[in-house]
Amino acid sequence: MTQPILELSGISKRFGAVQALSDVHFHVHPGEVVALLGDNGAGKSTLVKVIAGVNPADSGVILWEGRPVKVNRPSDAQQLGIATIYQDLALCDNLDIVANLFLGSERTAVGVLDELEMERRAQELLDSLSVRIPSLRVPVASLSGGQRQIIAIARSLLGDPKVVMLDEPTAALGVAQTAQVLDLIERLRDQGLGVILISHNMADVRAVADRAVVLRLGRNAGDFRIEDTSYEEIVAAITGAADNPVSRRSGRAAVPGTEEA
Amino acid sequence: MAQQTTGTAQGAQVARDPRLIVDDGTPRGLLSGALRRLRSGELGSVPVIVGLFVIALVFWTLNDKFLSPQNLSNLTVQIVAVGLMSSGVIMVLLLGEIDLSVGSVAGVCGVVTTVLAVQYDWNEVAAMAAAVVVAALIGVIHGTIFAKVGVPAFVVTLAGLIGWQGAQLYLLGADGTINVPYDGPIGYLTQTYFVPAIGWSIAAAAVVLYAGFTFYGESRRAAAGLPAKSPTEIVARTLLLAVPVLGGVWVLNSYKGVPLAFLIFVGIVVVFDLVLRKTRYGRMVFAVGGNAEAARRAGINVDMVRISVFALASTLSGLGGIMFVSRSFAVNQSTGGGDALMMAIAAAVIGGTSLFGGRGSAYSALLGGLVLGAISSGLFLLQMDSSVRFMITAVVLLVAVILDAVSRRSRRAHARG
Repeated sequence: MTQPILELSGISKRFGAVQALSDVHFHVHPGEVVALLGDNGAGKSTLVKVIAGVNPADSGVILWEGRPVKVNRPSDAQQLGIATIYQDLALCDNLDIVANLFLGSERTAVGVLDELEMERRAQELLDSLSVRIPSLRVPVASLSGGQRQIIAIARSLLGDPKVVMLDEPTAALGVAQTAQVLDLIERLRDQGLGVILISHNMADVRAVADRAVVLRLGRNAGDFRIEDTSYEEIVAAITGAADNPVSRRSGRAAVPGTEEA
Repeated sequence: MAQQTTGTAQGAQVARDPRLIVDDGTPRGLLSGALRRLRSGELGSVPVIVGLFVIALVFWTLNDKFLSPQNLSNLTVQIVAVGLMSSGVIMVLLLGEIDLSVGSVAGVCGVVTTVLAVQYDWNEVAAMAAAVVVAALIGVIHGTIFAKVGVPAFVVTLAGLIGWQGAQLYLLGADGTINVPYDGPIGYLTQTYFVPAIGWSIAAAAVVLYAGFTFYGESRRAAAGLPAKSPTEIVARTLLLAVPVLGGVWVLNSYKGVPLAFLIFVGIVVVFDLVLRKTRYGRMVFAVGGNAEAARRAGINVDMVRISVFALASTLSGLGGIMFVSRSFAVNQSTGGGDALMMAIAAAVIGGTSLFGGRGSAYSALLGGLVLGAISSGLFLLQMDSSVRFMITAVVLLVAVILDAVSRRSRRAHARG
């Protein structure tokens, strides 16, 4: 395969007495969807924050298109072309949709905000995602959870990113909206973007991801190609044992009537 | 999305959504749209303007001198010092923080100006400029301690309130009072009135510029296929601006003319309004006030925004302090002290800036300042003392805060943020 667009190696991060990440490796290629999996507390969020520049790593190397780079601030990551959509969306409730879409990268003309250009581009972008919202000038507080998720994802696309990182994008969505978001992820992949998908939903992961990277207790616990890996293998890596509640349960379900034995 | 809307229509037709209630261009449509927004809690400046009319009506009934050009002209100069401090407070309130030091900073700046001009014989303009720089530095100190060290703004500026008042007393020394000449630039600040022609030209220019820019902006929007205001609405808005502006100039011109001090204050308010609404910086201030973490993740330098806002607040307070000195031709131990701080914060809140952050406008300083100025001027005419003024001001402030809280709840219920 080609050179990874983003590659992390030997990443370690400590919070006080807790070693949140130790010697973690991770990479993503252009046009690839990589699922980042792990149980609660496995270090997924910490790794996301390292990549996004919110909490820089204590040690380790980040390579961008093969070159070593420093990502110490969110703006560093943005400038490289890494867009992050957080679980809590990070929208400003008091600002309208256009203002939120362009937050931090407002378009200006002769020093003044170019509201016209921003609204026009926002409308184009939302049309291209088949999203219909009555007015782009209502505060984001008035939107539903699904609409807010779409706005958050749309925002990340305005900066023409090369890597998009989605933290639990479907957690709060209904069936149709989840399908919409998954379609969107596939569209991003087809456009040659690297997509990092953090999810607990194995169905979503199997539906769109090419690879699954599993973290366990802050360490790498496996890197699987989705198409040649079974559900049980991934769960085993996440929980750290072949004998885990999930595979026991699915074993029972597969052979009904053997629970008593 | 809660309401599933399959995007069958494509292209320009998608821009309009059938669910969106659009005001038709007729005056009746404009009126019903305005009423609908009021009901859903978007009160804007309406309560304070209604309040201003009620106050004017009550005092005018009790003493018909209240609406005389002389009294109104004096009122516009009286509110300038506190109004400038209030403009600074608004910036801080938009961040969802508070600045308790504005009164002390005003005092210390008044003293710096006077000491440099009188005791060190500086040019008065240079002395004022130096004092404003000192004020800005004070604000940078407050902002840095708040943003970088993480001490709550309330505590940082409480320390500032006490500390800078101490500095003011120290600089004044044993004398306690320093007089400034009547006929220097400092004195002229609040004594200068423009001849009627200048007042009329400024007012006409303001109205024409507003109408021109609004029309230009809306026709560009219409040309780009975006929802735009109808010509009727532009005319209505221009009239709503023209009546108070031209009426105000007419009243001021029937006494001595438009006062320089009031013009400075209004000019600063207008500039701040444009900065807040039309520039990236203003957008950053609102974003930090709405959700600081979201702003940080969007790549906004939150610390820089916070420090600069505190610097601006102190700078404006410093200007307010100079206005105090100019009006009384002297600086003393109580300059910027007493009720100045509380009035500055009250004016901002009465004017409609939310205490909860992220919501408000620069015009709050002007409107709130006029309300408080009208109350004190009216009670002065009725020969009531401060006791009554404080009690009435308290009630007005409480009503304003209650309106803020209620409209906030109503906005939630109507899903308007």
